[in-house]
Amino acid sequence: MDAQTIIARRIAQELREGMLVNLGIGIPTLVASHVPQGTNVFFQSENGLIGTGPVLEDGLVQSRLTDAGGRPVSAIPGASTFDSAMSFGLIRGGHVDLTVLGALQVDERGLLANWMIPGKMVPGMGGAMDLVTGAKRVIIAMQHTAKGKSKIVPRCTLPLTSSRPVDMVVTELAVIAFPSGQATLLETAPGVSVEDVRAATEARLVVGANITTMAL
Amino acid sequence: MGVGTPEAIIDELCRQQRGDLTIIANDTAMPGVGIGKLVSAGLVRKVIASHIGLNPETQRQMLDGRIEVELVPQGTLIERIRAGGHGLGGILTPTGVGTVVEEGKRKIEVDGRTYLLELPLRADVALVQAFLADYLGNLTYALTMRNFNPVIAMAADRVIVDAEHIVPVGMIPPDQVMTPAPLVDCLIAKG
Repeated sequence: MDAQTIIARRIAQELREGMLVNLGIGIPTLVASHVPQGTNVFFQSENGLIGTGPVLEDGLVQSRLTDAGGRPVSAIPGASTFDSAMSFGLIRGGHVDLTVLGALQVDERGLLANWMIPGKMVPGMGGAMDLVTGAKRVIIAMQHTAKGKSKIVPRCTLPLTSSRPVDMVVTELAVIAFPSGQATLLETAPGVSVEDVRAATEARLVVGANITTMAL
Repeated sequence: MGVGTPEAIIDELCRQQRGDLTIIANDTAMPGVGIGKLVSAGLVRKVIASHIGLNPETQRQMLDGRIEVELVPQGTLIERIRAGGHGLGGILTPTGVGTVVEEGKRKIEVDGRTYLLELPLRADVALVQAFLADYLGNLTYALTMRNFNPVIAMAADRVIVDAEHIVPVGMIPPDQVMTPAPLVDCLIAKG
């Protein structure tokens, strides 16, 4: 199983019946392909849609219905559309149960940097700051390292997305959460040892007593 | 990403070379699409947006110092426009507290939680893409093309609308009107 599939499958296990869920661009989008059978969730696109369905193949595309990245999508029966003020009211107002986002860095307190690299890449924050500030639960989907460097760092060196810490980070190596404000290893991927995770992690990592293996 | 942008009006602005524009919008789309056309034509002086990542031309002109870019979180941007249109002196949002977004802004505590005071935004002209318009200017929007449109239609001195279909008065049921007619100044007739 490749890294992205491990991450997406593990995060999909966090979905519960009836949840309103917002997926970011990149690996988070893949979570929609791994929703457990029999679990019905609503995906929100922050441009103004609840009930986002799969991206359509060419020929079925209808340009009036897109996701937040501007890709033509379908809408499931029971979907609704609305303006951006309501869409971000849903996000900021705590009506979104879960958001899954990508990251450039997460630090050992759970603070996230995911919107710019000063001097290099300044795309803008889009909806990321509102999502991290307002969603009930924030899960980060990312590769554990980038160019051999740990993305889980003692302190973010890049500009923060929010002062609110994320709840969980899922990588191809591990599941890490932040109870009492400190990065704590909960699970390792199949075939990955605690030492492997430690070696790939620059941040201080609390290792609990009952580390389990991701059940993929 | 250009969805819900009145392309016909953008094309006309490019043809008339209406320059020195300040654009308030969620993003600058892509080169060749929507607001991206104005950027590529060198007509934009300032952008207030939440995202410019899909338009390398905006980023290039920003780094060259030809375009000033003010990045605003998307939920804050839409609320600032809403405040501008609804006669409010600003809005209080938790988004951006503890980040670079809070620099230079007033922080206000309400019931123990810290908020940023974000100021209203208004424009001289709102360029709106509607789905249906009747002859009076009542508007509906299609699916996710609604996005910023009904909000900007409240927040400008002059509201210019391009609609996919213009229909007789009475064709749009009152409870389906998303922008009421008195807000609309001009409707573009095509053909």
